[in-house]
Amino acid sequence: MSTTPLAGPAPSDEAVGTALLEACEVGFAYRGAGSPVLHDISLSLLPGRSLALVGESGTGKTTLLRLLLGLTAPTSGRILFEGEPLALGDRTRMRAFRRSVQAVFQDPYSSLDPRARVRAIVSEPLRSLGLAPAGRAGTRDPRVAAALESVGLPAEAADRYPHEFSGGQRQRIAIARAVVCDPRVLLADEPVSALDVTTRVRIVDLLAELKEQQGLTIAMVSHDLSVVAALCEQTAVLEHGRIVEQGDTGDVLSAPTHPYTRRLVASVPRLPAPRPAS
Amino acid sequence: MSLLDVQGLSIRTEDGRELVADLSFSLDAGERVGLIGESGSGKSLTTLAVMGLLPPGMTASGSIVLDAPGLPRTEVLGARERRLLELRGRAATVVFQEPLTALDPLMRVGQQVAEPLRRVKRLRGAALRQAVRDALAQVLPDPDRIARAFPHEISGGQRQRVAIAMALACDPALLIADEPTTALDVTVQEEILELLSTQVAERGMALLFVSHDLAVVSAVTERVLVLRHGQLVEEGGVEQIVHSPTHAYTRELVGSARQLESALERTAKR
Repeated sequence: MSTTPLAGPAPSDEAVGTALLEACEVGFAYRGAGSPVLHDISLSLLPGRSLALVGESGTGKTTLLRLLLGLTAPTSGRILFEGEPLALGDRTRMRAFRRSVQAVFQDPYSSLDPRARVRAIVSEPLRSLGLAPAGRAGTRDPRVAAALESVGLPAEAADRYPHEFSGGQRQRIAIARAVVCDPRVLLADEPVSALDVTTRVRIVDLLAELKEQQGLTIAMVSHDLSVVAALCEQTAVLEHGRIVEQGDTGDVLSAPTHPYTRRLVASVPRLPAPRPAS
Repeated sequence: MSLLDVQGLSIRTEDGRELVADLSFSLDAGERVGLIGESGSGKSLTTLAVMGLLPPGMTASGSIVLDAPGLPRTEVLGARERRLLELRGRAATVVFQEPLTALDPLMRVGQQVAEPLRRVKRLRGAALRQAVRDALAQVLPDPDRIARAFPHEISGGQRQRVAIAMALACDPALLIADEPTTALDVTVQEEILELLSTQVAERGMALLFVSHDLAVVSAVTERVLVLRHGQLVEEGGVEQIVHSPTHAYTRELVGSARQLESALERTAKR
């Protein structure tokens, strides 16, 4: 068990550069569906200022994450990557984008190919992004071992299959796959909510470490405010497809202004208060 | 006499792996007990065994005795299905994690709530319709609209409320809630916990609340059993478990929960 306290978000007054990822007045409606699921979403992901997307199920958080990932185009508005609009049709530019922006999903049981060895899974981005040296298919690439090491898995893990690992270890494999190409941004959809609490703490620690040591900026969908507090400097609260509140995580959590945010903060279950002595 | 008395319960798979090992605990009428553990700890298997619903291939040994007022005292292990049917819904009943799979998608909500009332209370016609309405009204506003809806037409929180209404319909002596809020949003979770607490208190029901979340368990129960790899590692009052856990695993569990909570406290107070 890790004994280090979870890293709190960095102070908010440090200098920040231009946005890595930006949503400008983004709206989205599924084809054939009457009403849009996202309305007029504007937010930016600044380097070193990880962002949490918080809100109830069905409020459009995952859809927004898909738009930021370039998996779907917005119906209105634009997604910008380093100031340039995403060009979903442009393979070369999308490759450069993918190299910088990688994803981790909620369920570590369904997000890894059960028939592939860990080595092939983790090296996949190197192959698909053309980063592997010709003829070696990337599987023996030293970056695979380095990625596994960075998530706390031994190099031997590369020769095994996903089913040989626990849920927490699988999520580590998924994170290793995401960081193998040295991205700047990690988009994560509920990365720890399928995990047990002891495992959850370890994966949160790992993500905090990757932020610090590899300069990763995270944009994360989460319904767990304690995970948000541990990892994200910024928080945007969504309700019914709109951002109802956004700002420094500390401000949003300590002085929520929107009624929904207040309800959210108040409903987090808490342990009975510790005795003064402990 | 305990309402539920589990002695030396072991559950094995077909190939002989022991998933629950020599588990003993008991629950008195009206008592609220938490069964806490992580995935694979055997907590759900234990609740299925109490209901006589172990999946095929699993074998249980030991003893599970249900002794509810007005019903014959029954050893659940090895009991005939007919006898168990009499007990389910009245002696003990269960609310599962995922209300969408607990409800039949092709049946209107009202019909599903009617089923236990028809089977156990043998109600028919107008009396049945009134009982369905009453059961829903206890957990939801607008019971008539919900009764006419199909499960997919209502929200996750409403579905779990319906599942609770079905569970409570026949006034069980013991309500088993197996991760009843894990699939729900945190604001909805709070409402459901509130509903469960109120209903349990008003009816003097016993509650066995199964969860991996210590904070949730401590909100609704007074005593906690900590399960790990199928074994009971610690048992005690909520306060004692949370403030002075003795077993290393319980300490880790409490430590993790505290660690996450303190990240929230620090950030929210900044």
